[in-house]
Amino acid sequence: MQTKEFDVIVIGGGNAALCAAISAKEENKNLKVAILESSPKEWRGGNSQHTRNLRSMHDAPTDVLTDAYSEDEFFDDVFKVTKGQTNEEYARFVISHTPQAVEFAKKHGVRFQPSMRGTLHLGRTNAFFLGGGKSLVNAYFTTAKKLGIEIFYEFEALDLIFEADACKEALVLDKKNNQEVKFRAKVFIIASGGFESNLEWLEEAWGEKARNFIIRGTKFNQGKMLKALQKNKAQIIGDPTQGHMVAIDARTPKYDGGIASRVDCVSLGIVVNKDAQRFYDEGEDFWPKRYAIWGRLVANQEEQIAYSITDSKVQSCYMPSLFPPIVTNSIEELAQKMKLDEKKLKQTIDEYNQSVVAGQFNHTIQDNCFTKGLKIEKTHWALKIDTPPFYCYPLRPGVTFTYMGVKVDKTARVYKDDGSLFENLFAAGEIMAGNILTQGYVAGFGMSIGTVFGRLAGENAVKVMKGLK
Amino acid sequence: MKITRIYEDAMKSCVICNSCRYCEGLCAVFPAMEKKRVFNLQDMDYLANLCHNCSECFYDCQYAPPHEFNVSIPAQFAALRQQSYKKYAFPNFLSFIFEKNAFISALLLVVLFFAGFYLAFAGKNSQSGDFFDIMPYTYMTSLFSIVGILVLIALIVGIVKYAKAIELKNVSFSAFIQTLKDALSLKYLGGHKNEGCTYPNETRSNVRKIFHHLTAYGFIFCFIATSLGAFYHHFLHIYAPYDLTQFPKLFGFIGGIFLCIGTLGLLILKLKADKKLIDKESVGMDYVFILMLFIVSFTGLLLMFFRESEYLAALLWLHLSCILTFFILLPYSKFVHMFYRFTALLKYNTEEEQH
Repeated sequence: MQTKEFDVIVIGGGNAALCAAISAKEENKNLKVAILESSPKEWRGGNSQHTRNLRSMHDAPTDVLTDAYSEDEFFDDVFKVTKGQTNEEYARFVISHTPQAVEFAKKHGVRFQPSMRGTLHLGRTNAFFLGGGKSLVNAYFTTAKKLGIEIFYEFEALDLIFEADACKEALVLDKKNNQEVKFRAKVFIIASGGFESNLEWLEEAWGEKARNFIIRGTKFNQGKMLKALQKNKAQIIGDPTQGHMVAIDARTPKYDGGIASRVDCVSLGIVVNKDAQRFYDEGEDFWPKRYAIWGRLVANQEEQIAYSITDSKVQSCYMPSLFPPIVTNSIEELAQKMKLDEKKLKQTIDEYNQSVVAGQFNHTIQDNCFTKGLKIEKTHWALKIDTPPFYCYPLRPGVTFTYMGVKVDKTARVYKDDGSLFENLFAAGEIMAGNILTQGYVAGFGMSIGTVFGRLAGENAVKVMKGLK
Repeated sequence: MKITRIYEDAMKSCVICNSCRYCEGLCAVFPAMEKKRVFNLQDMDYLANLCHNCSECFYDCQYAPPHEFNVSIPAQFAALRQQSYKKYAFPNFLSFIFEKNAFISALLLVVLFFAGFYLAFAGKNSQSGDFFDIMPYTYMTSLFSIVGILVLIALIVGIVKYAKAIELKNVSFSAFIQTLKDALSLKYLGGHKNEGCTYPNETRSNVRKIFHHLTAYGFIFCFIATSLGAFYHHFLHIYAPYDLTQFPKLFGFIGGIFLCIGTLGLLILKLKADKKLIDKESVGMDYVFILMLFIVSFTGLLLMFFRESEYLAALLWLHLSCILTFFILLPYSKFVHMFYRFTALLKYNTEEEQH
């Protein structure tokens, strides 16, 4: 078997991996650094290619962020969305490093949108990548290449080989030539994402339900490194069913549907399940919280399907989506098209309509339109569904990323299950995001974690290497 | 059938762009797209001509091929632009002749004109380098005036048809000035903060903008030179040939050199461009136009250098044949993109102002 030798090997090709490789190389230009990306070049970047922004605290307006967003406010947002299931120490640690994360990105070719354009209500908390995540990934790959980092596409790390507390080599499949290659290095950084693309693993965790899940991101996050780490006694944290799951259009392809697959109108109408019953307060909250909860809600319904129904009154209040809505002129017709029980759907909508209390509809704030007297109330944006044509989007759970991963310290070094640290093993990105979040999600935080821990992993890997024999 | 398919594919891409919006900061196309929820054919003709084919959005797109959504705005819009040039061209039948056999038609015209000049003026030459010794003044000016006016009419009709179709209206003076600035500076070809666009490949550079500037300003300079020549002749009674210290010559000389470098540069870039970004159907027409522009400027320069040689007459016939062919090609060639783009930009700036 062919053997390749490096100083630093980064497994993965997304944001965290690239930040790690670049940081390591910049820490010491003489080091031989390699990136192993399991995908072909056209699909490179893992889930980062589907991302859009990075959440960052800031004390004053910047060229890419408006107003101010304090550490406390940022943390409160994380706390609320995760229902307190966050590690405050680590979360604040990441949050306090986010301003440098934006600067790092800018310095390495990532371009941001000026703060005044576009999705304004987010310009305060999130810095938007000009051209999106793929543009960010392209910029980092260009920088990595310029710095002399060796990039191996279609090289999939299969396993890690340890001696005592140190990782010695990675067993890698060269997919183009279908042969295995040994990659030896002094330090290893694992930034290969979660396991959400591994359908068998999802089914292990979720049971049969998982068969109806759609994976919003890359098909290359197979979780092989997580398995290898598990096998080699790394400390595993998190529940395999936890992650970020969004209610997306049921017609989305199995992989890589990305942002365009989301359905934006959930809070403007009602959502019913297979049995034509409502099952949650659609008006509880809006962006970004709504996205984070509805995926799981749909996942727990029969056949993992639900239907978001609105009427023509709110058509212009939400983002257009990838697939056209199903449009009908009567509720009966809608029921037929969706294969729902006509009477039940009619009854659900009638009951809902009768309970709507008239208020001032305003979809941009939590308004005073609500229902009164239902088992499950709709607490905001409750308008009668009575003006045809009626619009319907079928919904399915879209898995975006998983939280089960490895425990790391604040230098990104990986813990063993006995509480000690591996000598030369680091982790960054989705594979360690569970140190900070264990459920729920706020937009752009994944990229914050990836950038902050990616940089830490790269820098500390080089520092640790100096101490190794 | 095929044309419908081109429009359908591009519309599908627009729907995806509109639900993604990651590119909204890249150029004018995306904010313009966001103003629509549904797209009709005219919208597509508008959007396609707003696009500079810079390819930034292609490399940034998470849905670009090999993704099954197959979003490829640069290539799809290039195909649409080609359709739109044809659709609004006047008289329409001529555009079909040139579309099918751009190279052959152009070559045939050059040869025909050259043969005509040869037959008419064979044996004439000039020692002093005076063109009118070879071709009489009235003959030359009336020929070019007639062709010029016909071409101008054809161009104007085409542009008006296009402007009407995309519903350009309520243009303000400030929007017009803004558009003029954007067009003259090629604002959107500079990419973000003028760092350049990803053309001809993924690496960002301003090289295309430079060549385009040379071509456009070279053309403008030559136009000025010709107009100045007429002005000198008629009003100042200063007659050609001029020397390099005189404005008509100065503009013509600089313009010619700009044009040669610019068109050659654009031609090479086109050959080097990422094949994924190019609409194969429109390539032939584009090449012919750039090539003709190069030949016109190159023969012009040759004429200047060999003015006092025995080849003067032949060179003059060649140069004039090329110019005539070029003129006739204008309304049916890539040349119109200048007006279509300007009109589209004008609509964009007008809508932005009212927004």
